[in-house]
Amino acid sequence: MTRVMVGTMLLVLGVVFITLAGLGVARLPDVFQRMHAATKAGGIGTSLLVLGVLVAGDIVQPISGVLTIGFMLLTLSVASQLLARAAYISGAPLQGLDRGDPLAGILGRASEPEDEGADFSSTYEEG
Amino acid sequence: MTMLDLATVAKVLIAALALPLALAAYRMIKGPGYADRFVALDMLTAVVVSLAALTAVATGRGAFLDIGLGVALINFASTCAFATFLERRRNPQ
Repeated sequence: MTRVMVGTMLLVLGVVFITLAGLGVARLPDVFQRMHAATKAGGIGTSLLVLGVLVAGDIVQPISGVLTIGFMLLTLSVASQLLARAAYISGAPLQGLDRGDPLAGILGRASEPEDEGADFSSTYEEG
Repeated sequence: MTMLDLATVAKVLIAALALPLALAAYRMIKGPGYADRFVALDMLTAVVVSLAALTAVATGRGAFLDIGLGVALINFASTCAFATFLERRRNPQ
């Protein structure tokens, strides 16, 4: 009984975190703030929810759930770092910075944002 | 107080996850850039892994957890590939 209660609390907490992450992704003003919401809150919410399933649900082989939690906690930060670097270099607009762009002059940055509808064929040809 | 039925709780939570799914889909459609759409894809993946885990509880089949693991693996590979493309496109060396 206690096990089911704790597991249910973890499930509900995970759903709350994921809902907050979804709100952040939909409403925050620029791509880096959206990424901050999606990666941190989304990763924690999903991990809590899978942990709740492992605690409460009678899963016969829980190893894939354990692997999912470890994998998400390990890779979400790496993936978001890669994506944020690529977005900055490709000139995604920044908003809400009080003291200007602290990375100016450190990383090369396109002056105008990436235009939608551009094809990636030249990237493929460069190998 | 009645006994807490875990399968029913899981079904209600699956319905509740429709809200973050819709919010991420809105960001995916609205854009406005490539990076925004891939952030939305990250978010969609988190929701899908959660849905798979909740379905494992609702149906009692643990195999649904494997689906969550597979989706998480694919999402990491696709995000890395996309970031490489977006970066190399601006610095063609």
